[in-house]
Amino acid sequence: MSSLAVHKAPSAAGTTGATQSRPPLRSRIALVPTITLVLGAIYTLLPVAWVIIASTKSGRELFSTFTFLPGTGLADNIKQLNAYRDGVYWKWMGNSALYAGLGALLSTVVSSFSGYALATYRFRGRETMFNVLLAGVLMPPIILAIPQYLLLAKADLTDSYLSVMLPQILSPYGVYLARIYAAAAVPGDVVEAGRMDGASEWRIFTRVALPMMVPGLVTVFLFQFVAIWNNFLLPYIMLSDDEKFPITLGLYTLLEQGSNQPALYTLVITGAFLAVLPLIALFLVIQRFWSLDLLSGAVKS
Amino acid sequence: MPNTKRTRLVASTIAVALGATALTACGSSDSDSKTESGPVSLTYWTWTPGMDKVVDLWNKGPGKKAQITVTVKKQASGDSLVTKILTAHKAKKAPDLVQAEYQALPTLVSNDALADISKDLGDTKSKFADGVWQQTTLGTDAVYAVPQDIGPMMFYYRQDLFKKYGLSVPTTWEQFAETARALKKKAPDKDLTTFSANDSGLFAGLAQQAGAKWWTTSGDKWKVGINDAATKKVADFWGGLVKEGAVDNQPMYTPAWNKAIDTGKQIAWVSAVWAPGTLTTAAPQTKGKWAMAPLPQWSAGDNVTGSWGGSSTAVTTDSAHTAAAAKFAAWLNTDGGALQALAKDSGIYPAATNAQTSGAFAQPPAYFSNQSDFYTEAAAIAKTTAPSAWGPNVNVAYTTFNDAFGTAAKNKSDFTAALNTMQDATVADLKKQGFEVSE
Repeated sequence: MSSLAVHKAPSAAGTTGATQSRPPLRSRIALVPTITLVLGAIYTLLPVAWVIIASTKSGRELFSTFTFLPGTGLADNIKQLNAYRDGVYWKWMGNSALYAGLGALLSTVVSSFSGYALATYRFRGRETMFNVLLAGVLMPPIILAIPQYLLLAKADLTDSYLSVMLPQILSPYGVYLARIYAAAAVPGDVVEAGRMDGASEWRIFTRVALPMMVPGLVTVFLFQFVAIWNNFLLPYIMLSDDEKFPITLGLYTLLEQGSNQPALYTLVITGAFLAVLPLIALFLVIQRFWSLDLLSGAVKS
Repeated sequence: MPNTKRTRLVASTIAVALGATALTACGSSDSDSKTESGPVSLTYWTWTPGMDKVVDLWNKGPGKKAQITVTVKKQASGDSLVTKILTAHKAKKAPDLVQAEYQALPTLVSNDALADISKDLGDTKSKFADGVWQQTTLGTDAVYAVPQDIGPMMFYYRQDLFKKYGLSVPTTWEQFAETARALKKKAPDKDLTTFSANDSGLFAGLAQQAGAKWWTTSGDKWKVGINDAATKKVADFWGGLVKEGAVDNQPMYTPAWNKAIDTGKQIAWVSAVWAPGTLTTAAPQTKGKWAMAPLPQWSAGDNVTGSWGGSSTAVTTDSAHTAAAAKFAAWLNTDGGALQALAKDSGIYPAATNAQTSGAFAQPPAYFSNQSDFYTEAAAIAKTTAPSAWGPNVNVAYTTFNDAFGTAAKNKSDFTAALNTMQDATVADLKKQGFEVSE
């Protein structure tokens, strides 16, 4: 489009200098962000490409052939991964899916309750509560892992599925996001109208507010899902039974087998590659809700 | 591997986060051995692959008789495991048995995480070389672990390429330097080996061979000797080689290093008895082309080596069944059948002296099929291991090593300065932890 305009500008018997110089200026501005974005894309996609290509290489090819030359060992690598300790890899995968799927779902539910409540109701201590929550957003979860471990140890819950799930259900960021979204997407008039019609608060929330909040909650779900799927430290501290490990921990044990053991590079790389696939699939599937998000936001405001 | 980097980062993050809490000394709990009757079930944290199979032997054999069942919970190895054990110990939830590298024992003991099992071990001591056993007592009358595997250091080289370039196997470090220079002259794009600033354990082993004693105690005080004369000699030697470009300065265990040794860009490796396993994956194309020789010596006629790696089985103070756990630890590391299985299924090199020449080690490792006396030679070298001296904050010294020597190797600058940094950081940390340090 812009290049067309550039060509047209002079032939349209250039009226003033200003109109002539504007289109090229615009295209020059567009060039910088484009290059930046392309560089950013290369920067983020290159490691992904590396993992994909490296996972097709056999152990023999991994370090000897050209880095971006696909190898011949993918099927074999997957077979080996399958066979490793009677398929414990898939157990880890299942655990990750459970932690991330159920954890993110519960976290979204909790976030929607509390976000809606914080946005809709006026009660004493609301701002204080919200400020504490904001502080929680700023707190990196990493430094909470050890206190959380000591706490759960008191309740005798360590080394259980719950120990990984519980701390991740309450996500300050999720609640924060849900509140902001609920405040913007659920007009007070609508809630008021519901009350006038005699609907109970629960009914207003589930029938009126919740559908309006869905796009925001999808975002919360996605964020939590990715955060839990990639989480390393919390399960690392909490779990000692490797049957309960999520994929991140499992791959780590493959890599760190002690100095006298060969690291299982090909297995780790293939395992890492397979572990990203669910995330990619999830993003592709849920992407449509995100475009809805942008759209609905525009209409409402 | 990008993965390693990330997890190492995370691991050190825990270490930092824990620093404030776990490393403060806990109140001493009593660790007298509890004798009990009835079935006992124990948990065991280990990173050794195939350990579940070895433990099955126990659960079906002697364990069944003694009504002691052991459950393996496989862990990732490394410093982060020590941190994890200490975190669990803080909540009194550490497993009954843990695998621990020798250099981690003082850290665990000073946090009161390991039980003294000297009363429960019987004549176990006689099965090990004194130098190995000494690492589990920390120079006291107590015994905190049973040695499992050791990593006596050796010199590995490409037999075919040494022949091609007319090099002979160095027996002293001086010859080693000459060999490196000679190779550079004949093939400027090749390196004899590399100085890896990522592998603190390797440097510690080399210093140990030179006679360094990094941590010693006198009375109640610790003395740190990281910049002692022996270590300085080692640092200067390698610093000189790196500076003049006689050896490479890139870290080991990276894809680039794997490629270098696989394609013959680097033709030798200062490593330990477990090298065949590493070479199998790192340099699969060069199978049968390597050979092993004793480590070069500081003065001709000497016969000393250091150690790199090796670990032990320890019983924690959180265990309610110390005696039962000690019984298992002793069986695991001295019983013929167990050691045979450990060698076969887990590929470890046993610390128990008579196991080093047992049936499992009659044949050389497949990767070294050309060197039929590999394990006979290895057992002889293992006997020459210099005593080691570990302290309660090896992790700090090691981290500082990575930082200081990493920069020094990259810039080809003074290694002695890096060594002093390491010394100062270690002393400062000991003091911060509340230990008495003599200057």
